[in-house]
Amino acid sequence: MKNKFIIFLGNLYLIFFFFSSTSANNIDPKDFIQEIVDDAKKILIASNSKEFKSEKLTEMAKEKVDIIGIGYYSLGSYRKALNDEQKEKYNLLFKDYFLKSFTSRLSDYSDPKINVLSSEKKNENYTIVYSLLLATDKKPEVKIDWRVYTKNPQKLLIRDVIIEGLSLARTQKEEFSSIIENNSGDINALFSKLKEFSEQ
Amino acid sequence: MKKLFCIILTVSLMINTNAFSGSEGSETLSKSSRTTTNDCFEGVSRAFFSFNQGLDRAVFEPLAKGYRKLPKPIRKGTGNMVNNLSNLVTIPNNLLQGQLQQAGLNTLRFTLNTTIGILGFFDPANGLGLKAVGKEDYGQTLGAWGSHSGCYFVLPVLGPTTVRDFTGTVINFVGGDPWYNVTVRQDTNYFRDRDFYISKATNSVDFRAKNIESFDSLERNSIDFYASVKSLYLQDRKKKVGNSDSITETQDDSDWEEINNN
Repeated sequence: MKNKFIIFLGNLYLIFFFFSSTSANNIDPKDFIQEIVDDAKKILIASNSKEFKSEKLTEMAKEKVDIIGIGYYSLGSYRKALNDEQKEKYNLLFKDYFLKSFTSRLSDYSDPKINVLSSEKKNENYTIVYSLLLATDKKPEVKIDWRVYTKNPQKLLIRDVIIEGLSLARTQKEEFSSIIENNSGDINALFSKLKEFSEQ
Repeated sequence: MKKLFCIILTVSLMINTNAFSGSEGSETLSKSSRTTTNDCFEGVSRAFFSFNQGLDRAVFEPLAKGYRKLPKPIRKGTGNMVNNLSNLVTIPNNLLQGQLQQAGLNTLRFTLNTTIGILGFFDPANGLGLKAVGKEDYGQTLGAWGSHSGCYFVLPVLGPTTVRDFTGTVINFVGGDPWYNVTVRQDTNYFRDRDFYISKATNSVDFRAKNIESFDSLERNSIDFYASVKSLYLQDRKKKVGNSDSITETQDDSDWEEINNN
């Protein structure tokens, strides 16, 4: 009886330890964005070369951004019409397109000063983190909100960046839709555009 | 004012009954077509869009780059002046949308900045804790009253608009903009036509100067620049019509639901 009680206590301890350590590994979305902002500041130091910035930003995007998720979102309803082969092709093309576009957009900022302000949990899957890009001599202050995908609380991912209330993911989705619609629904037209952009 | 109110009301009713919808033109519009904005004259709009890009490269971008070389206090003061003038359209629209507090605040800001702030060059109201609130226009008011945006199209020089926003612009020219009334319509002898056009051109250059990098980046990273600008314009107007600063109210989460199920 005593042994059984000890085993029970042992199991209870293990269960408690497991849950407490799991909870301890959960990442706070605000801290997640703060970390990204801090890393970006180091990468975007004006004296760093363009190649260095591009390489490091690409690494960051691969690790912190849900590129495949954004890709599927950008396709909208057209995603359902793709076969497996087309999906695979699209994922590769979108990844190249996204990384080039992402690094190009961010490389424009030198020594950015971003204050991470607060966060708002929208549901189990999403938290919005609010931040502010401080004004410079030439540019006004800009609100930047981050849509963080929190389905796996230990592996958070960025799914959208919203600048002054304008969603980049939605803009991209509407851009893709326009290309497909203007080519009589032919997805290959989008594939060509993505390839063309990446090879420029 | 009474005449103006009648015009706005009539226009609002016409848009609500789809007289200007420019899409199906029938009463059987589906729910989705009521909530999306059609691009009714896309071919023509794309042509005007290209024309505007050329005009921007030839005129506005060089002017904006030159403007940026001016000392910061001059740029800030110029920006303050054109912003101050915009209160003349914002205040009546605050009232039309029932935003009495904002109307009072903007009236106070306009009075202080026009007098103590020397025609709006300085912003003493801000120093007194009267922070600027969002601008309003007749297009936003029509939207706040429930009017659908109608067709999206691009005008030469003036740029992207919708039937509702263009109607709002027309309202400015039929008595809705007191600054237009005292300059172009010459309700007084103190101002001339050119004062109005100079203020509008300055406003455009000031805006362009603040967004040189953003525009360049957007154009460089777009695979369909026209579609990107259209999307951003419509998102921005939706946000402004809803008088919302919060992403929660402006982004549709249902867009992402399917992706979650993957």
